[in-house]
Amino acid sequence: MAKIYSKKSLATKPMQPKKETISFLLNYSKALTYIKVKGLKFESIAN
Amino acid sequence: MANVQTPDALLVKRYVAGDEVALASLIDRHQSKIYGFIYSKVSDRDITDDIFQDTFIKVIKTLKSGSYNEEGKFLPWVMRIAHNLIVDHFRRGKKMPMSRETEEFSIFSVISDSCPNIESRMITAQVEQDLKKLIEELPDDQKEVLLMRIYQDLSFKEISELTGVSINTALGRMRYALMNLRKVIDKHQIILTN
Repeated sequence: MAKIYSKKSLATKPMQPKKETISFLLNYSKALTYIKVKGLKFESIAN
Repeated sequence: MANVQTPDALLVKRYVAGDEVALASLIDRHQSKIYGFIYSKVSDRDITDDIFQDTFIKVIKTLKSGSYNEEGKFLPWVMRIAHNLIVDHFRRGKKMPMSRETEEFSIFSVISDSCPNIESRMITAQVEQDLKKLIEELPDDQKEVLLMRIYQDLSFKEISELTGVSINTALGRMRYALMNLRKVIDKHQIILTN
C-alpha cells in the first residue's frame, strides 16, 4: 500500500481581504446616502 | 435538496432597494476572486487591500447613486473597476517611484544628506580654533603676511604695498610662516584634519 506522507491539501487557502477592510466597506455603505434635488444628486455620509 | 444560490443580479437589486445584507453577501461571494486578482498584479498585501477597498467604494457609490446598468454581469464589472484602479496605481508609481526600506536595502544608501553632520561641524570648529592659536604664536611679520594672504585673500602685490616691503620679502615671510606652523604641528603632534 502506498504511504501517504502528506495529509495536508496542497491547495493554498484563497486570499482574503482584512476583516477591517470588509467591516469598513459595510459601514461605509450603511452611512452613504444619495439625495436627489431637482435632478441633482448629492452624496451624504452619516457619521 | 440542492443549495440554490441567489443570483448576483437579484442581490444587486435588493442592495439598490436598501438591503445592506445583500452587499455583505456579494462581497463574501466574490472577495477571494477579486482580492486574488488584484494581488496577482501588485504582489503587495497592503496595496491589494487598498485597491480592494477603493474598488468596492466605487461599486457602492455606483449602485447607491443608481448609475449601475444591468447590461453586464456583476463580477466582470467589479473586476473591470479593480483593473482600472490597478492601472492607476502603476501610473502613479511611474510618476513617483516608491522604495521601501528592507533588511537588504536601506533607503539611506540612495538618499544622502550632503550637509555636514554635527560631529564634522564640531571637528571643523576645533581645527579652526587650534590653528588660530598656532598662528598667534608666529612672529608678527610672518603672522601679518599669512593673515592677509589666507584670511583676507590679498595678493602678494597688495600685501607688499600695504606692509611696505618687496613682493619677495612678503613671499619669504609667508614661506617661513608656513614652515614654522608645520614645525610646531610636528613637534606637538597636533592633528589638524577634518
